[in-house]
Amino acid sequence: MQDGLEGFLRALRAHDVAVSPAEAIDAHRALAQIGFSSRTLLRDAFCVTLAKSAEEVERFETCFDLYYARDAFDLAHGPPQEAGRDEMGGPSAAFDLEASLEAGDEAALAAAMEASAARIGAGEIRLQSQRSLMTRRLLDDLGLRSLEARIAAGRGSESLADRIQAESLAGQRERLFARAGAFIERQAGLFAAQSARRMREQVLARKALTAVEPEDIRAMETLVRRMARKLASKYARRRRRARLGRLDVRHTLRRSLGYGGIPFEIVWRTRAVEKPKIAVMCDVSRSVAQAAQFLLLFLHCLNEVVERLDAFAFSDHAVAVSDVLREESVDDAIALILDRVGFRSTDYGRAFADVFELHGAKIDRRTTLIILGDGRTNYAEPRLDILRAIADRARSVIWLNPEPQTYWGQGDSKMDAYGRFCTVARTCNTLESLERIIEDVLRKYLPR
Amino acid sequence: MAPEDSTLDPAVLAAGEARDSVESLIAGLAGVGYIASRRIATALFMALNLGKPILVEGPAGVGKTELAIASAGLLGLPLIRMQCYEGLDESKALYEWKYGKQLLYTQILKDHMGRALADAPDLGAAMEGLHGAGDLFFSEPFLEPRPLLTALRQPGGAVLLIDEIDKSDEAFEAFLLETLSAFQVSIPELGVIRAKTPPVVFLTSNNVRDLGDALKRRCLHLHIPLPDQALEERIVATRVPEVEAALRRQLVSFVQELRSRDLRKLPSISETVDWARALILLHVQALDAVVVRDTLNVLLKFEADIAAVEPQIGDLLTSGA
Repeated sequence: MQDGLEGFLRALRAHDVAVSPAEAIDAHRALAQIGFSSRTLLRDAFCVTLAKSAEEVERFETCFDLYYARDAFDLAHGPPQEAGRDEMGGPSAAFDLEASLEAGDEAALAAAMEASAARIGAGEIRLQSQRSLMTRRLLDDLGLRSLEARIAAGRGSESLADRIQAESLAGQRERLFARAGAFIERQAGLFAAQSARRMREQVLARKALTAVEPEDIRAMETLVRRMARKLASKYARRRRRARLGRLDVRHTLRRSLGYGGIPFEIVWRTRAVEKPKIAVMCDVSRSVAQAAQFLLLFLHCLNEVVERLDAFAFSDHAVAVSDVLREESVDDAIALILDRVGFRSTDYGRAFADVFELHGAKIDRRTTLIILGDGRTNYAEPRLDILRAIADRARSVIWLNPEPQTYWGQGDSKMDAYGRFCTVARTCNTLESLERIIEDVLRKYLPR
Repeated sequence: MAPEDSTLDPAVLAAGEARDSVESLIAGLAGVGYIASRRIATALFMALNLGKPILVEGPAGVGKTELAIASAGLLGLPLIRMQCYEGLDESKALYEWKYGKQLLYTQILKDHMGRALADAPDLGAAMEGLHGAGDLFFSEPFLEPRPLLTALRQPGGAVLLIDEIDKSDEAFEAFLLETLSAFQVSIPELGVIRAKTPPVVFLTSNNVRDLGDALKRRCLHLHIPLPDQALEERIVATRVPEVEAALRRQLVSFVQELRSRDLRKLPSISETVDWARALILLHVQALDAVVVRDTLNVLLKFEADIAAVEPQIGDLLTSGA
């Protein structure tokens, strides 16, 4: 693989375009087919071989434009990387910085810069803050020290010609600084921009829902949406599937009557796959106000992808919010729901009674009820009887509580009592755990 | 649209030339009535040269299926089309044994068999005699090839269009992997059948569900977006040549303007073309509010969209112009 594609593929991976070895081979084959003759052709060819969804196409294009920058894509010389490869590993002394600066040999300078970059590992840059360090290392590797020694010597020299030359070299040095800076800037754009974002998302996913800063909310939203989509596409199963190889004897015999008992038409057994029904109750009271926003957000995303979702929000009473979630945009829906029932003190007993009245008739053995709340009743009647009635009818009841298990049952928490009627009751206080639990739920407690 | 005489020599020769470069593919596709952007032509070029399937994604009606049909026309290959749907399985996609024929033959041959085995001294000898006949019913004459097998068995290659792959089940998608990567299928009774000339494969998807990574990795990916003004005008000009240039510009910019609105289903190329045809039928020379209101149902397929757009027709006409 001598065509200098690795750097580009690495940059693509840093941009969240998943490039597998198989696709890398395809890219090499494509390159062998068309060569570096035309930038647009190369771009289109790489795009169809490497980017596998509309979002990836977008990221691919950004990355391609950064990597094969228009000015750097010199048709006569091939890609910038290629020149650098040849010199890789060679001693940096082989390149005479002063000479090429004086001669104004741009191509040699660019090649040397690529080679140096490879030596100092500029591609390993992960954070924007590493830029100045990397620039410095790059300049050192290019032989800045000897250049500066020469400038100093020239300036101190008696001869006018030497002094003039030193000044001209100093001017060249400034330009070199600018070029090296721009070069590292490009590398950072290629390799660091995405990794920083990814690190931030990882941190966010593990952060307690109640401790999320307002400025992170946008980032959380993207995360939540991606999560909901992932879950949905994983569990969007077909509803009816033929069980191949199982003969339906009764139907086959009946059909064969028309042919004098000879089974011309054979009927295979099919099995109807039940469609799950999910009902969600979400606590939006004061005690869980912070988390509520994300739970609602999650609910909204889930609503987009799960077909039969009945959603309720409650604090001192419960209301059905499925319609709001379906018709309004995320922000409007959340604002509307919080406005209607949010930020009051919770009355679980009343909420259960409301839900049972609104929805009780629809709860059957296919229903999974998910409750998101802290189980703090404010010392009101917990109405365990209603939860028991619901649990008897429903396929499963799942309670996700933002509080750690050690707090359950302390103070006004009735979580330990409620927990007895739940199929599962778990702590869930970060996005990561929410995703894991929902995935668990979909796998285990939903009929398939 | 595909020329019927594509099997004639000149067409095949032209197809050979058309494969040479992206430019000649664009020209060739234009020759069979498909206006391709550079990226589309590049994708086709890479598919032909790397021998990989193309997965075509994009909104409904941007010409995903048309691309396969046009390519078949251009390359002079037969088009074999397989429409996917929920519950599609191997027996409908690959092959099936002609059960009825097998049964009929057994019935007919029953007497004959009785006679043939009559002189067998004992049961063991009769069994021995039957062994030779056993495989008869699982042989070529009783095989019912379905689209995939048909495509693999075309001697000169074929264009295989697997339409709306996202509508099929995951199990079927997994089954396709073998066929698409090795261009071979195994039939237990007959052995492995390998394509002599691998077919050019197009898979289309409307994104009803996300396709598996394994399938995506085996394919080239082509996303066809809604076209820009210039491209769409050229497409309309090719598909509906009767439309005058002025009207064409006007109607395309109206559609382009519509696409910037927040609608449930944006009109795509096929709707634009239909609309152009409708306007020709109505002898319309230039768009005005009345004509647009009467024909809006060609462009918009939801009552709510029509209701949302109707009061703004005047604005749309002026801002588009």
